[in-house]
Amino acid sequence: MAGTAVRRRLTWQVATVAAVRDETATVRTIELRAADWAGHRAGQHLDVRLTAEDGYTAERSYSIASAPGEPVAITVQRLDDGEVSPYLTTELRAGDELEVRGPIGGYFVWDADDAASPLLLAAGGSGIVPLRSILRHRARSGTLVPARLLYSARSLPDVIYRSELDQYTNSVSVTYALTRQAPNGWTGHRGRVDATLLAGVAWRTGRDPIAYVCGPTSFVETVAAGLVSLGYPPQHVKTERFGGPGGP
Amino acid sequence: MSPISRGFHGRRSDEAPPGRVPPGQYVTHDFPVLSAGPTPHTPTGAWTFSIRRAGDVVKSWTWQEMRELPAETVTADVHCVTRWSKLDTQWEAVSLDTLLGQAGAGAAFVLAFSDGGYSTNLPIADVTGGRAWLAFGYDGRPLDPEHGGPARLLVPHLYFWKSAKWVRGLELLDTDEPGFWETYGYHMYGDPWREQRYAGD
Repeated sequence: MAGTAVRRRLTWQVATVAAVRDETATVRTIELRAADWAGHRAGQHLDVRLTAEDGYTAERSYSIASAPGEPVAITVQRLDDGEVSPYLTTELRAGDELEVRGPIGGYFVWDADDAASPLLLAAGGSGIVPLRSILRHRARSGTLVPARLLYSARSLPDVIYRSELDQYTNSVSVTYALTRQAPNGWTGHRGRVDATLLAGVAWRTGRDPIAYVCGPTSFVETVAAGLVSLGYPPQHVKTERFGGPGGP
Repeated sequence: MSPISRGFHGRRSDEAPPGRVPPGQYVTHDFPVLSAGPTPHTPTGAWTFSIRRAGDVVKSWTWQEMRELPAETVTADVHCVTRWSKLDTQWEAVSLDTLLGQAGAGAAFVLAFSDGGYSTNLPIADVTGGRAWLAFGYDGRPLDPEHGGPARLLVPHLYFWKSAKWVRGLELLDTDEPGFWETYGYHMYGDPWREQRYAGD
């Protein structure tokens, strides 16, 4: 559990929306310009604070989608009954201001500098966001550490960053599991991730792999328990869950 | 001065009585799960709860011995640092006053330790005086493993990461030592009403 103790105070700062980009019908990436941003590590998150005209505020945490060294960006999934995500994914536009503070979290992080273990990344739905930061960081760093991504989504149109992920053809093997709908002729996995699929994708434990698993609770429980039963030491299975039932 | 978020109106929560929800929190009816690794599954037959000092066991209980201690039903609001609050949660639990009283050893702080390597630090004043419990039941049923079963701490007046899941004991300390999340930048104390989320808050 190597980690760097973070002891400096995290203060709110005003960030300007530099660009927004729709990733899927319900998911948007928001690139921010934050003058005092101290940089971040792959896998960390940040807090967002919105303020209404009457002073009412709402705060939420979002995973950082960009690699260290890139402008900070978040990718947000719209929850129809949400308070903040519908605003961020429909109303917010370039030039708007909001407040952020971060980066936050020092455990679910991956640093290319001290990485030797093969990387197994497993994402359920928008759980791909911090793993995308890891993948971009890996690509930018030039490390030769091999990586595999197992990504569970409802359907291909629900796959976030699909064109970007498809460009990793040689260096990162990407396996999709489509839980709700698969196109005609789909030869990949249909349905939820199961033990057989996981055993086929996961690195053999003899290579001392490290796994990062992010998604809804049911997905994370299945994958993390599956990896432990394949022989992964629990401390080599880092998880991050987002609450509530449902998900892919 | 915070900038106005153009077009943001928010959704004022009128379901929670005033004073029930700390600043920056929202009420959820789900019971979200957050943890850093795989869920441990320790059978109650192999479970013990130990109070230790400098690594030596001062007092230890088996599952059966713990279940024979006086238990109470605790109704509490819990507040997660990730911003959800859940009101009126109901637990079956043994007061830490009972456990610490039987151990009979003094300390200024405790470090709770758990299966899976998790730990979190608490001042002794916050785990005594009827404010902290060892909880083994939730909503009338045994506590699910993903929510910390077979037993977790319940310290509802602090952010919920202080209510260590899968807890197996308390280390008695003279000086405060950071636990797992505290090492990774979270607040040493974690009072939700003062929004002590991160170090320095």
